Amino acid sequence: MAVKDRLSGNEAVAIALRQIDPDVMGAFPITPSTEIPEYFSQYVADGLVHTEFVPVESEHSSMSVCIGAQAAGARAVTATSSCGLALMYELLYVAASCRLPITLACVNRALSGPININNDHSDSMGARDSGWIQIYAENNQEVYDNFLQAMPIGEHASVRLPVMICQDGFITSHAVENITLLEDDEVRRFVGQYCPEQYLLKADNPLAVGPYDISAYYMEHKKQQAEAMKNAKQVILDVANRFEALTGRKYGFFEEYQMEDAQVAILLIGSSAGTAKVTADHLRSQGEKVGVIKLRVFRPFPMEELASALSHCKVVAVLDKCEGFSASGGPLFAETRSALYDLDNRPQLINYVYGLGGRDIHVGHFEEIYHHLFKIVSTGQLGERYIHLGQREA
Amino acid sequence: MIRKASEINETSPWQELTPGGEIYEGGTSLLVNTGDWRTETPLVNAEKCKLCMLCILYCPDSSIRVQGSQELKLDLLHCKGCGICAEVCPFGAITLGREER
Repeated sequence: MAVKDRLSGNEAVAIALRQIDPDVMGAFPITPSTEIPEYFSQYVADGLVHTEFVPVESEHSSMSVCIGAQAAGARAVTATSSCGLALMYELLYVAASCRLPITLACVNRALSGPININNDHSDSMGARDSGWIQIYAENNQEVYDNFLQAMPIGEHASVRLPVMICQDGFITSHAVENITLLEDDEVRRFVGQYCPEQYLLKADNPLAVGPYDISAYYMEHKKQQAEAMKNAKQVILDVANRFEALTGRKYGFFEEYQMEDAQVAILLIGSSAGTAKVTADHLRSQGEKVGVIKLRVFRPFPMEELASALSHCKVVAVLDKCEGFSASGGPLFAETRSALYDLDNRPQLINYVYGLGGRDIHVGHFEEIYHHLFKIVSTGQLGERYIHLGQREA
Repeated sequence: MIRKASEINETSPWQELTPGGEIYEGGTSLLVNTGDWRTETPLVNAEKCKLCMLCILYCPDSSIRVQGSQELKLDLLHCKGCGICAEVCPFGAITLGREER
């Protein structure tokens, strides 16, 4: 039975965690993810969960706790943001290469500097090559739903990779929305028990985790990791199907909105997709063929699927809430442009970098982007493709 | 997939390696010749050795044993030639020298 509630994104994650009742939480506070361990510690204090709550002295340690716990055979979780994720950087790679399916609630916040506590995607985009699965949410419902799907994906025998469930700091994490929760027993049935084949506490079978890997073996282990990330694609879809059967809510690698006959489209990640959709609706009511694609899964990157979904468009704007300092566009732009290379007839692509450090993006901005796309269609002139949006100009 | 360390070597394809390089048994260093790092080798003078076994306690690689309760036996598959045994021997019974290979 579905339970209606009104919750912030952080509360939604904390409730998902209570329902899942993980074995271990490595906890260290950082804005805007602090509320997740804060709410959860209350559940621990109230005896609502059996979790070993380990408050540590840094994020380097909270991820280390998770690695040790997960290797021991426990289900381990943590939450962090921004510089906290950066301090975990070394351990993110260790978790992934040891093939430990830890779940991390990443509440996206700008990565210093200058120091800033508001939302953009520079923290998790910086960790995009660490070997973690990355799933992003538009709103609180998606945060909750994605979190429930994380463990069945990461723990699948053909995957065994850690999963980062990302939501936009403050916009999603602190704003309260109506949300539909599952019953506790439904969640437990859906997420299931963590039953690794091998784990450190399995007394009858000694195990060493994370041994030194000389160059005669390292390449083979990285190939295994790369294959696991490819395997994750099918598992993500299978878990989404199972979730849809339970809840009626449909998930995939991305959401296509008004894309069937779209001439121009906007591709983006996260909470701003809602504003993009409202703008698309408005322009559609005026007869303009515009669409939106909201990417949910960034790692593994759904290259063929995204190329296919964009193939019929004339011009597409890729929006990056992250500056990659490549001097030629953000990370989503680079990967999307790469995806389109295999098409015989490619749409033209431009990149907007927007929303850094919590800079607002509103309907007017999206109208401006769509008008820009139509101008490219009508003139055939692409012009500047790497554009920053929303900053003051002289 | 449980695969013994002895079944894995530098010709094993990636499909046959354990996930993340996990090792499912103890004592696998016995399979690995780390003694080839050595440049100098301890030599025991049996006449000077009193079998006090101080070298055995100090050896960081557990590479010295007593054989047949009469003489020291060096495990040259694992000895790194660090020379600690020679340094701690109270009787000057161990010296480091070149090894004929």
